[in-house]
Parts: sequence; C-alpha cells; structure tokens
Amino acid sequence: MTIRVAKPGLFTTVQDLARYGYAHLGISPAGAADPLSFRIANLLVGNDEDENVPALEMTLLGATLEFEGSAIVALTGASCECKAGVAPVPINAAFDLPAGATLKCGSMTTGARCYLSVQGGFDIPLVMGSASTLVAGHFGGFKGRRLQIGDVLHVRQRASYRVRSLRPGALDSLRAPRPLRVTKGSQQEWFGPEAFEKLFSSAYIVSEQSDRKGLRLKGEAVRPRERSELLTDGIPLGAIQVPQDGQPIILFVDQQTTGGYPKIANVIAADIHRVGQLRPRDEVRFAEVSIAEAVQALGEQERWLREIFVS
Amino acid sequence: MKIIPASDSSLLVVFGNAISPALHERVIGLFHSFQTRHDPRIRNLHPGYASLLIDFDPLRLTHDELTSVVQQLALAGDSAVDRRANVVTIPVCYDIEFGPDLLDVSQHAGLSQEEVVRLHSSPTYLVYFLGFSPGFAYLGGLPEVLHTPRLATPRPSIVGGSVGIAGSQTGIYPVDSPGGWRLIGRTPLRMFDPEATPPTRLQPGDRMKFSPIDRATFEDISRRADARLA
Repeated sequence: MTIRVAKPGLFTTVQDLARYGYAHLGISPAGAADPLSFRIANLLVGNDEDENVPALEMTLLGATLEFEGSAIVALTGASCECKAGVAPVPINAAFDLPAGATLKCGSMTTGARCYLSVQGGFDIPLVMGSASTLVAGHFGGFKGRRLQIGDVLHVRQRASYRVRSLRPGALDSLRAPRPLRVTKGSQQEWFGPEAFEKLFSSAYIVSEQSDRKGLRLKGEAVRPRERSELLTDGIPLGAIQVPQDGQPIILFVDQQTTGGYPKIANVIAADIHRVGQLRPRDEVRFAEVSIAEAVQALGEQERWLREIFVS
Repeated sequence: MKIIPASDSSLLVVFGNAISPALHERVIGLFHSFQTRHDPRIRNLHPGYASLLIDFDPLRLTHDELTSVVQQLALAGDSAVDRRANVVTIPVCYDIEFGPDLLDVSQHAGLSQEEVVRLHSSPTYLVYFLGFSPGFAYLGGLPEVLHTPRLATPRPSIVGGSVGIAGSQTGIYPVDSPGGWRLIGRTPLRMFDPEATPPTRLQPGDRMKFSPIDRATFEDISRRADARLA
C-alpha cells in the first residue's frame, strides 16, 4: 500500500524513537520531538511498540495525503483539524480510511507537532539502526529530508493487529499548563543564586528561531558569575545553554552533540515531550527538581502509558 | 577526575580544564573502555577536549551505579585499552578554487602560499573529538603561525570536503553546510557516509595528516571508488 504526499505541510519528517550510539561521531539522536505522542500513535493502531515503528511528525501545519489503499490510521499530539474528504476524523483514536481517501491535516491550534501512525508502519530503510530523519546530516527517514509534494511512502502490511483505544480524558493531564521541570546542568557551578533565581522566577517566550535543533527563548538574561571560556564538551538532550547574550536555548533532538556554552540546567526526560509541543510565542517557565524526583517522574510516566488504554 | 550529573539521563566525567594530549588520552581511554563493554543501558558517549559525557537509560541504570563503573574503569587505566595508533592520511588539493581564503591566511601569517601549504600539511594532528555536524573532527596541532580569525560573515554554503582554519583550529567540513572558517583547500574523500560502517573516516583519538595533491590527482581520486567510505 502506498501514500502519496499531495501537500507536505510546513515541515513533515519520518521519525522513530531516535538513533543512539553515534554521538561520538557527531551524530545527534534525532527521533520524535514528542516521543510520548509518537508512542501513543503507534499503540492506538496496534503497532507493537518494541518495533519502534516509523511514523510521520508534522509541524504547525499538517500534510495532505492520498491513500492508494485502505489503512488504519491514528493522529496524536497537537490538536489539529483533520478531514478525510469532507468528514472530520478523530484525534487520539484509530480510524479506518478507505482506499482512495484523501486525509487533509490542517493548522495545529494548540501544540506544535502532530503524529500520524499507520497500522503496519511506514516502510523506511534503517540507517544506523533508526528510521529517524536527521535533516542537518541529510540522511535517515525519507531520503534524508522533509517530505515534498509527490513523494510516495510505502506502508507495511501485516496480519493480526489489535487496535487499542484510550480511556476517556486519559490525555487531559498532558496538556495542563505547568512549568518545565529541570535539574541543574553540567556548568551549574558557573552560576550564582541570582542566575537560578531569574531562571526559576521568570517567564520566557519561545522565539521564532526555534526548531528541532533548539528552542531559543526570550526573557530575563541569565549570566554566569564571570565570563570565561568553556572547553567544548558533550551536550545532553534538553540542556539549557546560555550564550553570551544570556538568553537561554533549550537544546533539542537534532542538536549538536558538543558545544561551548555553559549549561545552567537540563529539562528532565519526563518533560521532553512538552518541549516538542512548544510553539513560537508560547510562554515557558522552569521549576527545579532533584535528579531522584526526575527519574521517579519518568518511571511514573512509563506506568501511566500502560494504564491509559482500555484493556 | 570529577563526576557531575549533567541531567537525569547523563553523567559528565571531567578530567581537567585544558586542551592537552595527556588529558585527552584519559578521555579516550574511558571512551574506549565503555565502547568495548557494549552496555545496552548506555545510549551515547560524547568525548570532549577534557571530558566524556555518558548518556544512559535512567530506568535501567542509576547515577550511582554508573559512577562506580566510571571509577573502576578509571582505576584500571588506559592499560586495559588496546589502542592501535591509527594515522589517517587525508589528501588535500590546496588549489585557489578550493581554497578561496588561502591568500588571506598567507597574508595574515606573513608567509607565501606555498609555505602555508607546507606548514598545514606537516604536523600529525590529533582528533580530539567529533561534533558540530556528523563527521566533523576537532583537530589539535595547527602550527601557531597559521592561526587566523574566522570570517566576519559566514558563507551560506560550503561544499563538503572543504578544509578550513578558524582561530587555532583546522578542520574539514564533512557535509555541505554554512560556515565561517577560512577555506584553504578541499579533499576528494568523503568524510561522512551514513551507509558506511563506520560512517565517518575519522574517529575520536585518531591521528591524521594532510597530504597535498594537485588538481589532476584530486579529479582522479574523485572519480575513483575509494573516495567513498568502505
């Protein structure tokens, strides 16, 4: 079965749950910017999660796709008005599309990224063990780039899948506004109490110059105690680095693997999915947690993911 | 050695605060120790000039557990690592078409262009680490007289294989990208090939040399299969 791209949307790529093991060669993990919505999309259509099945990540404006054959599809993540022909289709639920259907995904109203999974998954060759597109490296996903008009994607067909459905209101907690939780970062000693006070008490605005590499924030400048040169070191996912102008940058899934700016804090793993849903002009606040609390939150999130589906 | 929790999923091991081959040897020693362990709980290793960042799955490994592994491996020392001294030779054509900033570099150094080429291609460089973009190697050992500030305005696009100088660093752009380095030449070899194993020509800890070639040799190698990575 094939799907033809009639309109690619603003920035649509094939992603999975990241490419690990190559950071020492300068290769960032890429992968779904909101891994939680990505996994829910796959679970809804019955794609075994361990297979880490490639799905589409659409950004701010969705794609229009022509389905050559019938398919079972799910959309998750940002709320987005999507139609099959003229009929609206549900979000966060698996649905059938007949052969010849055109699925039109519109603008996202809240959130930045919407995931489209297909039962069986997109048939994408693995590069270094992953189907994720790394646009800056021109490889992975569909020809190493974002989708364009006329691209034809193949879908794998397999027998016996069990479609899942979500409990009512299961995802309400995801979108409730709350601060991004952070732990102190690699260069925490470079910053005095007043820098942390500013970071944890101010509201920052996500700038237009934000993408999968990093989210540039605008707000109270945060500065190290003294200006000194940092020897380039490794960058963890979600690091908040502070360049000379003091405006923090959240380094994200397509980030450089090393960098030379001090890192004051780091978004916790359990909140990375929230970073993936931040839009330009959104407001961001930060709250500090301990490493132990961060790991506990991640464990709770994993248990939560097992409990949100109707058994 | 200092061990810092960099995030809930990573640990930063800092050996010092200087760019020196001796510190770097300890970084590479620990890096290789982890690479040979193939621990599935470790996701990524990021060597830096004097540090190693270790990304891991915090639901399967704790910071404390990983800290004691790091301490054990550091105690065992580099002797545990059988490191072959890999010297990679990279042919470079220092033609003015490939090195539009060669003149600037020679004027800045007060040397002839031939002298710049001779000096650039004489040292054995150390690959400290890779970063910035896939396959981009941070090299140590550029002769001081060749240190040249980067361009005030970066070029919007640079052809993959271009060799440049920025401040005290020299390096090769592995893929087409924007950049502000002073370009002095180009290699016909592919430095990064996602389909190859390994996908990059240089690895952290390698030694490398630039070998000057003329335009005809450049074209010849470009046409041959060995421009590709295995």
